[in-house]
Amino acid sequence: MKISFTLNEKAVSVDADPATLLADLLRENLNMTGTHVGCDTSQCGACVVHLNGESVKSCTLLAASVDGQEVKTVEGLAKSKDELHPMQTAFRDNHGLQCGFCTPGMLMASIDLVNKNPEPTEGEVRDWLEGNICRCTGYQNIVKSVLAGAAAMRDGN
Amino acid sequence: MKDFIGVGSSPKRKEDLRFVTGKGQYVADIKRPNMLMGAFLRSPHAHAEITSVDIAEALRMPGVRAIYTGEDMRADEVGGLPVGWAITDRNGEPCKEPLHPAIAVDKVRYVGDAVAFVVAESLEQAEAAAELIEVDYKVLPHVTGLVEALQADAPQIFDDVPGNLCADWEMGDNTAVDAAFENAAHVTSIELVNQRLVGNPMEPRAAIGEYEPERGQYTLWTTSQFPHVVRLLMGEFVLGIPQHRLRVVAPDVGGGFGVKQFHYAEEAVVTWAASKLGGAVKWVAQRSEGFISDAHGRDHVTQAELATDAEGAFLGMRVKTYANMGAYLSTFGPNIPTNLYAPLLSGVYRIPAIYCEVKCAFTNTVPVDAYRGAGRPEATFVVERLVDTAALELGIDKIEIRKRNMIPADAYPYQTPMVVEYDSGDPMACLGRAEELADVAGFAARKAESEAKGLYRGMGVSTYVEACGLAPSRLAIQMGARSGLYESATVRVHPSGAVTILIGTHNHGQGHETTFAQIVSERLGVPFENIDIVCGDTDKVQHGLGTYGSRSLVVGGSALNKAADKVILKGRKIAAHQFEADLEDVLFENGEFSIAGTDKKKSFNEIAGAAYLPYDFPLETLEPGLEEQAYYDPVNFTYPGGAHICEVEINPDTGIVTLDRYTAVDDVGTIINPMIVEGQLQGGIVQGVGQALFEHCVYDDASGQLLSGSFMDYCMPRADNIPHLVIEPLSTSCAHTPLGVKGCGECGTIGSPAAVINGVVDALRHIGVRHVDMPASPNRIWNIIRKTRTRVAAE
Ligand code: FES
Ligand code: FES
Repeated sequence: MKISFTLNEKAVSVDADPATLLADLLRENLNMTGTHVGCDTSQCGACVVHLNGESVKSCTLLAASVDGQEVKTVEGLAKSKDELHPMQTAFRDNHGLQCGFCTPGMLMASIDLVNKNPEPTEGEVRDWLEGNICRCTGYQNIVKSVLAGAAAMRDGN
Repeated sequence: MKDFIGVGSSPKRKEDLRFVTGKGQYVADIKRPNMLMGAFLRSPHAHAEITSVDIAEALRMPGVRAIYTGEDMRADEVGGLPVGWAITDRNGEPCKEPLHPAIAVDKVRYVGDAVAFVVAESLEQAEAAAELIEVDYKVLPHVTGLVEALQADAPQIFDDVPGNLCADWEMGDNTAVDAAFENAAHVTSIELVNQRLVGNPMEPRAAIGEYEPERGQYTLWTTSQFPHVVRLLMGEFVLGIPQHRLRVVAPDVGGGFGVKQFHYAEEAVVTWAASKLGGAVKWVAQRSEGFISDAHGRDHVTQAELATDAEGAFLGMRVKTYANMGAYLSTFGPNIPTNLYAPLLSGVYRIPAIYCEVKCAFTNTVPVDAYRGAGRPEATFVVERLVDTAALELGIDKIEIRKRNMIPADAYPYQTPMVVEYDSGDPMACLGRAEELADVAGFAARKAESEAKGLYRGMGVSTYVEACGLAPSRLAIQMGARSGLYESATVRVHPSGAVTILIGTHNHGQGHETTFAQIVSERLGVPFENIDIVCGDTDKVQHGLGTYGSRSLVVGGSALNKAADKVILKGRKIAAHQFEADLEDVLFENGEFSIAGTDKKKSFNEIAGAAYLPYDFPLETLEPGLEEQAYYDPVNFTYPGGAHICEVEINPDTGIVTLDRYTAVDDVGTIINPMIVEGQLQGGIVQGVGQALFEHCVYDDASGQLLSGSFMDYCMPRADNIPHLVIEPLSTSCAHTPLGVKGCGECGTIGSPAAVINGVVDALRHIGVRHVDMPASPNRIWNIIRKTRTRVAAE
């Protein structure tokens, strides 16, 4: 079937099997491999993207269901390599990543949090990220990054 | 002032830009022309004979190109998966090393053992066809528990391994220990389980094999921590591919923690299948497949005793451990609970006599091998639980008993009774500083506050020392390693003065691209941004042993430092030629070559340029070019250590343990990049906390099935389980590495499980609890509290 949607502000149209999951559509059909797959039980959050501005686990969503909708992935965050999204900058500045595998999902989830709650507390960040597993960092620097990213987003950086 | 980013600073990591923009390239992201997809059919039984495999119907499915069984690989004379580090038992006999076929032949020995490999045009086609393969099994009795496996009536897993005993191993002086126990005023005995874990790096394992028949060239892309070792093990021992025809690439890898430092069956299968089909074949593990095919970690049962005098001075220690090997030996399997375990049983204490025996057992479970810390967390857990229990029994404060027995700073180098000699350290200072930072003095008040809320609060202390920087080859080979464990590095200076480093370690989260660039920036004065790192590709990097055992900076960084020395020497030779001066008179400082006492000087870039434009070099004595390679073999292990103090709060109604405070003071030697070191410690601590509170890999003994086979059942630590960690370095310089570094990747995981469990036991002490096995899950704690209450009520 044909699935047409807006991906990172550009219109795309893909022919795919109706059973295709959004994560697979992005990675396999569209070669957008920034969205990662870390589990098969909707537990890890490596696959988080935005659907109409809200974070969703793309491994659990049928690609067909995004027809006509707006999807944003990690590849759509930065304007250029010199103009990162403030949350991306915050993760870089605060050592919020090690192997980088959980990072796309962490970024997408965190931006959604800050969109909803521009001034989250440390506890709120930890609670919100409960659905995103990172095996490398122990979370401390991720939390620090999100708090810094939130501040930068508030300042409109 | 330095105008370069060198040692001791924390620049932004070079690797991060590609990761935050989604441009990392992991194996699963790679596509090759006309690539086929593979899926494994895995055994649903823990132990069974394969009586027949019928692939006829599956083979007729659309898109299916081939289906391979163990029989096909055997017929093609594919070898078994080799062991890289074997051990010798107490009688001097080699450990049992049964054949480990990449795909099972005749028999399956654990749930998840590969039975067939389907290659098709798409993954969906491969998976659909795998379901149509008809395997007839004759199910056999199985055993998953390691103590049970060694009992006389246990099912036999291999015909040629009597009693399922891989090795009965020992270290230490049994007679001296017996004497120490005879003279003891007090003996503390404990029994503990170091539960089985699944390492679960967030990137599942994956491999792509490719064969170009016209060139006779093989390539394997794999999620590996040590691509050169995979090339050696798979090329030489499994597939018989000449090394120069096999390229192994480990690109961006999403975490390792030991899980990716083994040569896995899937790597050999995709490469072999690619050679049969003349193209590329890809396999990516699903997470649930990873649970039943990634090597697991830990899984010990231990009895330990500590002999003390009346004042709590340690006199001797006796340890008996059962260690689970799983169904086959993984690459380093038997080495972990023996050589990487027993030598650390002295901890940071003076213990005159120690004896340890280890029985390694085969069971019908996934093979067990190194997982972050590998043997050393297990040893630390034994030592620190013993010490805590002894303190309780003797009525001595837990910090006081540790201080009474600690190796004082002036006693280093310190020879333990267990082979290793600690070169440097100051455990007393680490513990003292941790006490201050953790506000031990304020604990009583916090405990009273918790009590007022109906909560139990406990404080847990742990010290640790580890042996890492694997490894001095001479010692490693005595201990059974089948290769030296040196490392290699090349510093390639380009005509512009920019540098490419080619190094045999592998970066999968540790920030090597940054740290190694800092070392070279410091040594050569080259701007940090002009230095790039290449690793993980056997066609680009000369050689290497990879990343594990906290060795990258210690061994690889030392090789890099040595290569930088050689570059400086060569640069001085070029400068001497250009200045028409003697080599001895040429100095190199702050990125400049100069002649002492003159104003003659040339920048590093000028000399680099000259090296490649050698119109008048005396070619017999001075070759063009500025590129140097060095191999470094450490003279000893390194011994990072430290002290961790935590506080837990337990809700007696729910059994939930909340980790409330955590303080760590760690001695990792000289620090190159403080930000990265702190990140390594944070991540390590949380993995150890995961073991202490959450993670448990459980087999159902009756069915032999893995019960904790997904993130739904295997509880990983999450952001909301962890408090803000207070971490401070306290460095003593390593006496034998040129940079003074000791390694830091495993420290946190080694120190934290004992600290947390000691805290949990402390919180439950008032209701008579003396030990709690890991993980201290709500269910376990609630049951302990309920049982104690029922007992107290009945009394
Ligand atoms: S891949 Fe793990 S939640 Fe989507
Ligand atoms: S950075 Fe490796 S999983 Fe988070």
